[in-house]
Amino acid sequence: MSTAMDQVVKKAKDSFGQMFDKSLHDLVRGIRNHKDNEAKYINEAMDEIKQELKQENAAMKANAVTKLLYLQMLGYDISWSAFNIIEVMSSNKFTFKRIGYLAASQCFHDGTDVLMLTTNMIRKDLTSSSMYEAGIAMSGLSCFINGDLARDLANDIMTLMSSTKPYIRKRAVLLLYKVFLNNPEALKPAFPRLKEKLEDPDPGVQSAAVNVICELARRNPKNYLSLAPIFFRLMTTSTNNWVLIKIIKLFGALTPLEPRLGKKLIEPLTNLIHSTSAMSLLYECINTVVAVLVSISSGLPNHNASIQLCVQKLRILIEDTDQNLKYLGLLAMSKILQTHPKTVQAHNDLILQCLDDKDESIRIRALDLLTGMVTRKNLMDIVHKLMVHMDKSEGSHYRDELLSKIIEICSQSDYQHITNFEWYISILVELTRLEGTKHGNLIALKMLDVAVRVESIRPFACNQMAILLENAHLFIHGSKSTTVAEALYAAAWICGEFCSHLKEPQKTLESMLNTKITLFPGHIQSVYYQNILKIITYIIQTLDNEELLTKQLLTTSIDKMSVFLSSGDVEAQERASVSLNILKTALKLMGKSEFNFNELSVLFEGVLNPVATKAQRKVAIPNGLDLDAWINDPPSESEDESPSTNTRYDSKGLFDGDEVDNNNSNAYSADKYSYQKAKPYAELTTEELEKQRESRKQSEQMNPFYLKDTKKTKSTQQTETSSHTVNGNERVKTAIREGMNPANLPVSLSDQLYRQSKVEEENRRLKKKSKIDGGSSKKEKISSKKSGPTAAADDDNDDDDVYPTAQVKRGGELPDGVTESGNEDHDDDDTSRGKNKKIDPHRALNIDLNEKPIQSIPTPPRPPPVISQTKEPSPERVETAPEKTKKYKKKKTTEKQEEASTSKSKQKHHNYKQIEPPVHEEEENRPTPPPPAPVTQEKPKKKKVKEKKVVSAIATKVDTDTPAPLLFDIMSDDIHSTNQSEQQQNEQDGYKLAAQSDNLTIEYSINPSPSIAQIDVTFLLKNRTPFIIDNVSIHVIDSMSSKLLNTTSANIISFPSTSLFPYSQNYIHIYFSIHAISFSQKLKTALTYSINKSNTLETDNIEFKLNLPCSQYLRRKTIDSMAFANLMTSGTLTCQSNVRIPSSTGDFTTVINTLCQSCRLTVVDKINSAASLYAESILGHPIALLIKSTNSQNDLSIDGKSTETHFLSNLMEELKTSLLK
Amino acid sequence: MIKGILVFNNSAKPRLIKFYEHYPEEIQQQIVRETFLLVSKRDENVCNFLESGSLIGGNDYRLIYRHYATLYFIFCVDSSESELGILDLIQVFVETLDKCFENVCELDLIFHVDKVHYILQELCLGGMVLETNMNEIIARIDEQSKLEKQEAGITAAPAKAMTALKEMNLPQKIKDIKLPDLNLNLRF
Repeated sequence: MSTAMDQVVKKAKDSFGQMFDKSLHDLVRGIRNHKDNEAKYINEAMDEIKQELKQENAAMKANAVTKLLYLQMLGYDISWSAFNIIEVMSSNKFTFKRIGYLAASQCFHDGTDVLMLTTNMIRKDLTSSSMYEAGIAMSGLSCFINGDLARDLANDIMTLMSSTKPYIRKRAVLLLYKVFLNNPEALKPAFPRLKEKLEDPDPGVQSAAVNVICELARRNPKNYLSLAPIFFRLMTTSTNNWVLIKIIKLFGALTPLEPRLGKKLIEPLTNLIHSTSAMSLLYECINTVVAVLVSISSGLPNHNASIQLCVQKLRILIEDTDQNLKYLGLLAMSKILQTHPKTVQAHNDLILQCLDDKDESIRIRALDLLTGMVTRKNLMDIVHKLMVHMDKSEGSHYRDELLSKIIEICSQSDYQHITNFEWYISILVELTRLEGTKHGNLIALKMLDVAVRVESIRPFACNQMAILLENAHLFIHGSKSTTVAEALYAAAWICGEFCSHLKEPQKTLESMLNTKITLFPGHIQSVYYQNILKIITYIIQTLDNEELLTKQLLTTSIDKMSVFLSSGDVEAQERASVSLNILKTALKLMGKSEFNFNELSVLFEGVLNPVATKAQRKVAIPNGLDLDAWINDPPSESEDESPSTNTRYDSKGLFDGDEVDNNNSNAYSADKYSYQKAKPYAELTTEELEKQRESRKQSEQMNPFYLKDTKKTKSTQQTETSSHTVNGNERVKTAIREGMNPANLPVSLSDQLYRQSKVEEENRRLKKKSKIDGGSSKKEKISSKKSGPTAAADDDNDDDDVYPTAQVKRGGELPDGVTESGNEDHDDDDTSRGKNKKIDPHRALNIDLNEKPIQSIPTPPRPPPVISQTKEPSPERVETAPEKTKKYKKKKTTEKQEEASTSKSKQKHHNYKQIEPPVHEEEENRPTPPPPAPVTQEKPKKKKVKEKKVVSAIATKVDTDTPAPLLFDIMSDDIHSTNQSEQQQNEQDGYKLAAQSDNLTIEYSINPSPSIAQIDVTFLLKNRTPFIIDNVSIHVIDSMSSKLLNTTSANIISFPSTSLFPYSQNYIHIYFSIHAISFSQKLKTALTYSINKSNTLETDNIEFKLNLPCSQYLRRKTIDSMAFANLMTSGTLTCQSNVRIPSSTGDFTTVINTLCQSCRLTVVDKINSAASLYAESILGHPIALLIKSTNSQNDLSIDGKSTETHFLSNLMEELKTSLLK
Repeated sequence: MIKGILVFNNSAKPRLIKFYEHYPEEIQQQIVRETFLLVSKRDENVCNFLESGSLIGGNDYRLIYRHYATLYFIFCVDSSESELGILDLIQVFVETLDKCFENVCELDLIFHVDKVHYILQELCLGGMVLETNMNEIIARIDEQSKLEKQEAGITAAPAKAMTALKEMNLPQKIKDIKLPDLNLNLRF
């Protein structure tokens, strides 16, 4: 059938010609039909596509690109077709354009060079009348935008943000984030617009704005603290869960910076937790509440309730059948655990249940939690359960995880939770049974550690280890992947070092000698040989000069040990040979009756103590020792270094730096450094070995004392049993005596110990109870009967006497006069941090958005108008890109030049120190000068009331040069900034006073739109009362030439979501569309608001005139001198006007600067005392000015040219009056 | 932020690859393969989150996936996204596909990759969630399809006839993506 159809298709193709070239359908089917030679088929297809792309036909090109898109998904590089893709993008048909943009979004990236060709095309598409065209352009642009595009298109995207269609607005908002990433300079001017979008009537746009701001704030949270009130408001009003989740997550990031914010959040969040039915929202609320509680270290009493609530809700999540909820519940639980372990411990039943879950990720999460939940009381129970799990569980990964967790849990903070070390040792021994574990060395390390640190456990440990050694053969047959044989390393060392505790040293010695040790890894062999020698020494000591027995012992040992000389490991072999020769010498001396036991035992004198990890580094370098100098001449050849020679014990080594104290250095960890040395002789030794063997055989033959028939030494030999066995019960002791491997017992030793200790614990508890009952009132009786794990956890501390105490040597030894707390690691940290440095685009976005570089501190004289205008933040103004960069740079340099003007609070402090000596001292006393201003004010609050006065004086001062942080809208209680300082600020930040009442100060600033005939009037409202002001609305009567935009009802704009917290300020924006600019206007404006005065709602109304002067109808426009000259000569500027200003103040340059700043003019040319300036009215009229300084008295003459007579003359008048001021 | 969206089938064949950050093609394929290894060995009825580790991004990133019949839908997101929210987003995506293709199946995705991309573009922009309302998305997609049809007009008639001819040859469409009962964690 299919072939028949193919024929039909083929025929059709032939007859119709090119119209029926292979479509995407054909390609896909072709690939499916050529499974065996897919690559070949695709190569052919590629060639066809290349042919098709050469055709003129747009449809064919688009079809080819669609196919490329599919091939790209299969992993084929299609970047070669970038130019063709652009061709398709530029098609005027929506269908093709869409394909083109899609292909571009899939394969273009910021390095694609043809992108620079696209700027104008994309701009055209962005501003297309079809919203879908703009939509696909934005979707595409979001994927391949680069620095250049971001710079060139920023304005267009900004314009789209005020489109009438939400479909476009929300895309523009999201796209803006990509613009910021690629062009950080766009952030500051665009931010106020973005902020407005938080209150967009369309929920989708609002959500997009929240999304973008959250994304920005996540990386640089401190710059966005001031938005907290807006978000707070949104959080309590929004019903969109996506928005809520984002906001709540954002608050989670903000609270660590501002604990007071956290306190305010608790209540609404708990309300949400109670009310929401959406699990995702619930989960995020809990997370943020936890984050808040972490940041508020000094817990208020009612926080306990919220944490309980969280834990309860999490319990519901964990108990849910949905695995996802379970997983997240555990995840959040582990966060709570870090600060409120006891609350979580109450739910340990639940966590343990999760260990049975079939989902491994859930089990591992539960394991993580367990680590933090352990107390002395429940440790044994938990570990017991884990051991049970270990038996049941499948999959070595999870089992290894379990094993390391058990060890981690038990050895936390130097065995803090362990009450019964015998039990712990038996657990360790049992863990060695685990097949295929990779944690053998971990087990070994812990065995060594516990034996060294806990003196009282040594007898028990020794005997357990002896049992392990007896069963050493079991470890030989393990596969290579397992490292469990490592346990023998520990066992051998413990038996040797603490051999005085061995019950039957002879027997242990025999089992060690009889094991085929040479099958083990080298380092284990080494430890064996060394410790065999130790045990022999000990036995000789106990034999008390009974010569016959001693000789017998020595000869047997020598005989057995000679086998070890054949060890394949150089290090081990060397050790074996040394030990053997020592024994031989001893035997020889004994023959001559010159043997003195002490000579032998002196080899192993001294006590071994744990040494702190840092000890080696802490040793002071003696004077005159240069560690970098060569001791001998450097070797000419590079030495063959093998990094692997550092054994794995090295890193976590218990005995790190045992060279510190020579008395202690018994060279037990010698394998660390002797390996390298021995290596070059490796080959030689085998030959030597043979020789030695020969000579040994001979000497054996010759030796009259050598007993050829090795009889078993009497094992009945009674050695002294240690008198202080701890807590052992009879049953266990028998088990040990019988010498059985506990692992083979039906009920394992650890289980026995576990049960036994449970019984004992109960007994002790009963005893204690009866004591209490006897001697105290009934009240206590009731409290001790209190059931439930919480109660139990609470009186955990009282239980100390219930448990036996074993002394643990915590920490480690350090050289004299050194403390552990030294932080010399810091250098390392810094370097490693430096290495990890990546180019993070967000670093560039760390821009202080509240920053208003205003001079508040006396600086070298500057003409006053400059202060009021130069530094105006002009957030709404979008300038053309190159000029903006220039401006930024300029600003930076000025900042540098005049330190005083910098907005960094750190330096501000510095200045205050100079100005106010008494404050200086206060400042000095603070721990660190906190960088951002809001935090500065936070700090004093924690101080005592006594200091508060002085500090609030500082706060006031700080207010003068940073805008009163909006942040405190929420945290109303703390800030009382004075009016005086606010007014000082008014003069400086470009906002002019519009009206003032007892409750409210209204200031305003005017900004023309960069592209359309609109102006934006920003009102800065300052609440002067201790009450909340909201329901703000503005009523402006439209004039002939201006119309209020975005009104909620006729001539009225209300701002439902704007509210002013006590003594705080907020911005509102209104827009006017302007039809005529000839005359300046005074618009009658009324602002209505309501104020919550102690539960009574009052409404008030402030009326004022809003002044819109002609100079504010100008917008910045750059023009080069050529174009300017052309304009002047073209004769289009028909209107002229001239003013003269006698003796203006300030020099010429300053005057020009002032004019440029206040009227948004740009300098086209400036020669000595003449300058030409240019600007454009918002209706597009060109304005050209020529300013000349005519004589030495600074007389100025201004000539103006434009196309609008009235506007020009009014403007000139305004310029005149402003300059005369 | 969403870093990437992958759709592949039970034998690791990619059906949609969308990265919001540039990766060369071979790395993309590698990511698909590795992700497949991660998700394919997981049972049904286990949680839908995976820590992506070194795969893409690092520790801050997680893989959130859903498995429908023959297809895996995987979103790689960072910690600023809500896990449950993204699960719902996947659901919205799949439901939208289902509506747009009328009982979507793997073959629809294979033969109409471009359309799947267009639907996704209505859902996310530059790695951020754009729209979660399914009806809104479908309305927009329909309008754009209408635009395309208008443009195609009469000129495309022969081509359409041709496609119809070829369609006959398609193996019987298997409508096999079954939507499980919706367990939406979010209410929109």
